[in-house]
Amino acid sequence: MGGEHSVFALIKGGLTGHRSWARQWRDAAPKAAYDVVIIGGGGHGLATAYYLAKRHGLTKIAVLERGWIGGGNTGRNTTIIRSNYLYDESAALYDYALKLWEDLSQELNYNVMFSPRGVLMLAHSVHDVQSAQRHIHANRVNGVDNEWLTTAEVKAFCPPLNTSPDARYPVLGGALQRRGGTARHDAVAWGYARAASALGVDIIQKCEATGVRRDASGAIEGVETSRGFIKTRKIGVVAAGHTSLVMQMAGQSMPLESYPLQALVSEPVKPVLPCVVMSNTVHGYISQSDKGELVIGAGTDQYISYGQRGSFHVIEETLAAICEMFPIFSRMRMLRSWGGIVDVTPDRSPIISKTPVKGLYVNCGWGTGGFKATPGSGAVFAATIANDDPHPIAAPYALERFRTGRLIDEAAAAAVAH
Amino acid sequence: MLLIVCPYCGERSELEFTNAGEAHIRRPSDPSALSDEAWAAFLFYRSNPKGTHAERWRHTHGCGKFFNALRDTRTDRIVATYKIGQPAPMVETGAPDAATPRMAGRP
Repeated sequence: MGGEHSVFALIKGGLTGHRSWARQWRDAAPKAAYDVVIIGGGGHGLATAYYLAKRHGLTKIAVLERGWIGGGNTGRNTTIIRSNYLYDESAALYDYALKLWEDLSQELNYNVMFSPRGVLMLAHSVHDVQSAQRHIHANRVNGVDNEWLTTAEVKAFCPPLNTSPDARYPVLGGALQRRGGTARHDAVAWGYARAASALGVDIIQKCEATGVRRDASGAIEGVETSRGFIKTRKIGVVAAGHTSLVMQMAGQSMPLESYPLQALVSEPVKPVLPCVVMSNTVHGYISQSDKGELVIGAGTDQYISYGQRGSFHVIEETLAAICEMFPIFSRMRMLRSWGGIVDVTPDRSPIISKTPVKGLYVNCGWGTGGFKATPGSGAVFAATIANDDPHPIAAPYALERFRTGRLIDEAAAAAVAH
Repeated sequence: MLLIVCPYCGERSELEFTNAGEAHIRRPSDPSALSDEAWAAFLFYRSNPKGTHAERWRHTHGCGKFFNALRDTRTDRIVATYKIGQPAPMVETGAPDAATPRMAGRP
């Protein structure tokens, strides 16, 4: 794929109004049958399809997307990438993902603009300090980088932050994961779509799954869609906030609830914020995009909802926290705010699992923090589907944990209260 | 922000209330007699409907009482509130989405 984006192609494109570029992926129409059908064309679904084709040699794969690629939560998150989770199972999963992020642009031959600029998580109280230290030690045991910065070191690493002892919530220090950072979320969806399409995956947009057909033994037989029936023996459900609804088509209820989560961006300004800053206590997280916008993540509403919006008081609280941490931003104007529907599990860890239905697999429950896991999630879910056996990293994330009680209780995982 | 009618105090802003999850989930009378599956269903499995949802609210910064509400999760419109112990009122909420999960039967 290299030649089509040569400098000569660029010049030619520039002289002809950039109308000569080929589409990045084929806009496929559904065929009658596939080996695997992925329901949900977000980052996780596209990554799953890509690794199924790339690592497991499957060729007849379809990704069904109700809307358009990158139009759901993949294009709505705040693009933060980190792996400083507390529990061993989480460290294994998220750090595997982080290692894939590091050369993802080369892997996909598509610039996902991964920027390991550091994720700084602030401590404002004695409890925060102790919790951060515990995370740092747990991370180091698991080979995940995370280090403690004193207040002065925090100020040196992130100058616009207000570290005055007179602050309402003074900064007592912070935990810094230098390998963490951000990536361009749209590019992740587009890059996986393009690379998967080149390997023969059919990406079928505007195609909504409307039913799941099972044979007499209960095994998966195919999926009914708004564009006709598609025969398949394996379905991977990666439908984020709508996973409960898709799984219900196969008669499976889920330990999930769907909440609106909001984010917003400011007007673009010159580079001012050098890293990602997160605060659990005052509940705000912020970074600056390469376009110059401040990207700010808010919390979820307190009730379940499928309306892709949230309450205004939720973003008001977040902006109050941001202004407290960064008085310099208090006169910034916010340009856009939006909501996405996130599926939250009881233990705030995802579900990557086989199901009681033969041929039905599910990857969901990423809650408020799934973007960072996109490559790892796709890779281990692809292995789980291809081998009909959980990948070792995915195994602890099986649905059975809600029956056995072997939860992965990362209630602190998103570093913000859910 | 929602306007919520507390059955005891009348219409107030959502900021006075705390959502307490799905309503009408009865704690099993003899948990130790349950299978692990049934116990997991009680603890963790929720209907999560795209349509009418029966849910508990508490008027935390008001009378402090719990009550139930029916709310459409597509529009967030609250169609009824009623006191704990009362059955969910029959209300016209429009056709539910075809894909809406049924309320799962629970112990």
